[in-house]
Amino acid sequence: MTETNISGQSRPDGAADGRNHPGLTTDQLKQAYYDMLLIRRFEEKAGQLYGMGLIGGFCHLYIGQEAVVVGVQMAQKPGDKVITSYRDHGQMLAAGMDPRGVMAELTGRATGLSHGKGGSMHMFSREKNFYGGHGIVGAQVSLGIGLAFANKYRGTDEVSLTYYGEGASNQGQVYESFNLAALHKLPCVFILENNRYGMGTSVERASASKELWRNGEPWGIPGKQVDGMDVEAVNAAAQEAVAHCRAGKGPYLLEMSTYRYRGHSMSDPAKYRQRTEVDEIRQHRDPIDHVRNLLRTAGVEDAEFKKVEDKVKEIVAEATEFAKTSPEPDPSELFTDVLVGE
Amino acid sequence: MAIDILMPALSPTMTEGKLAKWNKKEGDTVSSGDVIAEIETDKATMEVEAVDEGVLGKILVPEGSEGVAVNTPIAILVEQGEAVPDAPSAGSAPVTSSREEPKAAASVAVPAPTPVSEPEKDWGETSEITVREALRDAMAAELRRDPDVFLLGEEVAQYQGAYKVSQGLLEEFGEKRVIDMPITEHGFAGMATGAAMTGLKPIVEFMTMNFSLQAIDHIINSAAKTHYMSGGQISCPIVFRGPNGAAARVGAQHSQCFGSWYAHVPGLKVVAPWSAADAKGLLRAAIRDPNPVVFLENEILYGQKFACPVDEDFILPIGKAKVERQGKDVTIVAFSISVGTALAAAELLAEKGIDAEVINLRTLRPLDTATIVESVKKTSRLVTVEEGWPYAGIGAEVAMQVIEHAFDWLDAPPVRVAGLDVPMPFAANLEKLALPQPDWVVDAVTKIV
Ligand SMILES: Cc1ncc(C[n+]2csc(CCOP(=O)(O)OP(=O)(O)O)c2C)c(N)n1
Ligand SMILES: [Mg+2]
Repeated sequence: MTETNISGQSRPDGAADGRNHPGLTTDQLKQAYYDMLLIRRFEEKAGQLYGMGLIGGFCHLYIGQEAVVVGVQMAQKPGDKVITSYRDHGQMLAAGMDPRGVMAELTGRATGLSHGKGGSMHMFSREKNFYGGHGIVGAQVSLGIGLAFANKYRGTDEVSLTYYGEGASNQGQVYESFNLAALHKLPCVFILENNRYGMGTSVERASASKELWRNGEPWGIPGKQVDGMDVEAVNAAAQEAVAHCRAGKGPYLLEMSTYRYRGHSMSDPAKYRQRTEVDEIRQHRDPIDHVRNLLRTAGVEDAEFKKVEDKVKEIVAEATEFAKTSPEPDPSELFTDVLVGE
Repeated sequence: MAIDILMPALSPTMTEGKLAKWNKKEGDTVSSGDVIAEIETDKATMEVEAVDEGVLGKILVPEGSEGVAVNTPIAILVEQGEAVPDAPSAGSAPVTSSREEPKAAASVAVPAPTPVSEPEKDWGETSEITVREALRDAMAAELRRDPDVFLLGEEVAQYQGAYKVSQGLLEEFGEKRVIDMPITEHGFAGMATGAAMTGLKPIVEFMTMNFSLQAIDHIINSAAKTHYMSGGQISCPIVFRGPNGAAARVGAQHSQCFGSWYAHVPGLKVVAPWSAADAKGLLRAAIRDPNPVVFLENEILYGQKFACPVDEDFILPIGKAKVERQGKDVTIVAFSISVGTALAAAELLAEKGIDAEVINLRTLRPLDTATIVESVKKTSRLVTVEEGWPYAGIGAEVAMQVIEHAFDWLDAPPVRVAGLDVPMPFAANLEKLALPQPDWVVDAVTKIV
């Protein structure tokens, strides 16, 4: 991902704040701050463009969940493969995909990463090992163990990072995938993003199981519940899970307790939850505020934050301009890419 | 700098809405995420959150206003201490791109047939083998040829295949490449599709295609559409194969043709071999094809023997039909086991002095319209034969192609012969009554000749 140009001294590992996981260095925190802020501002802008009618259809924002993908991303190495649902803009930015190409796909332009034929929910990058962007709830979990299968078949130590929601966690194929992954010791980290709601249905109303991190237990899949609003906790857990998979010990399940601030997609009036619930989390558990506070404590000054903010704004503004001014796909694109080689 | 706050579109269908309430008043500080207003859309009441930070300088549209068009400036946001402009800035309207009607009309979606079909290559010496052996030999040859090819499915390895199609493959290729799966079609079809997206070339065996319904979401939504949705970045070289159509006396849930189901889907190729040569040549082509291929076999044919070229390089092109019998009075189009029915009917017709041409489709998608049209231009009559249901079946498509491309040559309406429009019954006599027999084809032909 793009480097930040703010410099600073290192914060010692093993966090000074009394938490029971190794912390990130100041430099790593700065990187995380930058990455999370880029996602936040990008998504805010996407919401705005949706409001202006420049983005159509479905548009699922990642706002509130930034620490999950950023913390996991920092535990990956090149070659690891990522797959997720339609709530995918954060994953793509974290994977280092060009924000301009992502935004232009949202507006359905020829310069979009899928040439305007995928849209918000369907983008891919072979180069960045990002395998989509899938609109069928739960499908990416079976596909994700397939990525892990391929890693194992080829004899690499690469892992598959397979994201899905707590709503998706009730799909039958998720359990089929647990069984297959455990049976064949596939290097797959299942990352269950529990943002408490699947559209309008709270997790309490959807899952009889109250401890989703234990969902893989019948198959012997180790699981962990993680504070998904704390990038350091996410990273520590992801390091452990990824190491487990790389070592050939089979899959690992991480339940990330997180929260989405916006509606399920842009057209969701969000009547199933209280405004105060959202405000409470925004004010007290915001993942970006949290990193900012850690950095403040480590001595980072306002001017540096301002610099990051400006840089991120510039990137998002540039992506927006690109997405607004790029041409729509040529009508001839209708018939291309249906079949390979035709 | 002052920023206009615009009336947002809050659903895919919203064009205007009512500004129900202002939660902030002029002079209030606004930070991003604050709810500044409530809007009633065509669907619901929605909250509008601020995206930018600043001070609400001026409200342009008072609360209670109805029919406020999307993108109308509703307020002006200014920076702390900045003067408030009286009017929204010019040019705040969104960039709407002109939407040209694509030139390609719907009719272009049906590819025009290439003018003349080329004769099939002569592969020389043949030997008699069963369809089962042909399929096994095809897989073995491709497994030998390409280390990225592997076979997975229920009972494919240790048991040697539920219908013994994968006999001997585990022994030769080992358990890394011939992999037994638990009974979990949805899961393993998805897993194989994911592996194919990385460039591996899985052959997925369904014990029968009836069980592919458990996995149809991955075949269609994951395998067939990803190349398109990724703008050509991700391909999916995978084969989904297994026995299709009616077996014998297994009842409704185990007797069904999926030809028309899968042939409906752009992004898939669909192959339905009849003879051992078809099976071997086309399965090799399917495994090498960079696209997802649904390969529809037939259990009844597994044990039947046919002459099959022995040449090690023998392969057949997907998308080419074969004229199995030349004739001048009527064109009978069939695929899979129905090719046998059609040929038997042709013999009966010959006794009546009617000279039938029989076309073995081999591939259902892409359809070899050229060969069909060329034949109909010669015979002026068309009968289609399939074991699947008639409604929206392959026969319907073949007839439509002929109507589109050779209407003026037709001397009679096309007729389709198909399985009866009922779930497959169990009783021996009823089952026989439900499936096309040679005399059904004879009847159909004599009606139009
Ligand atoms: C198979 C399927 N069923 C239903 C839907 C409609 N749908 C889209 S998202 C969604 C909720 C999923 O919630 P969750 O898995 O928690 O993910 P989140 O949206 O919270 O990220 C539903 C029901 C779908 N896309 N696919
Ligand atoms: Mg959810």
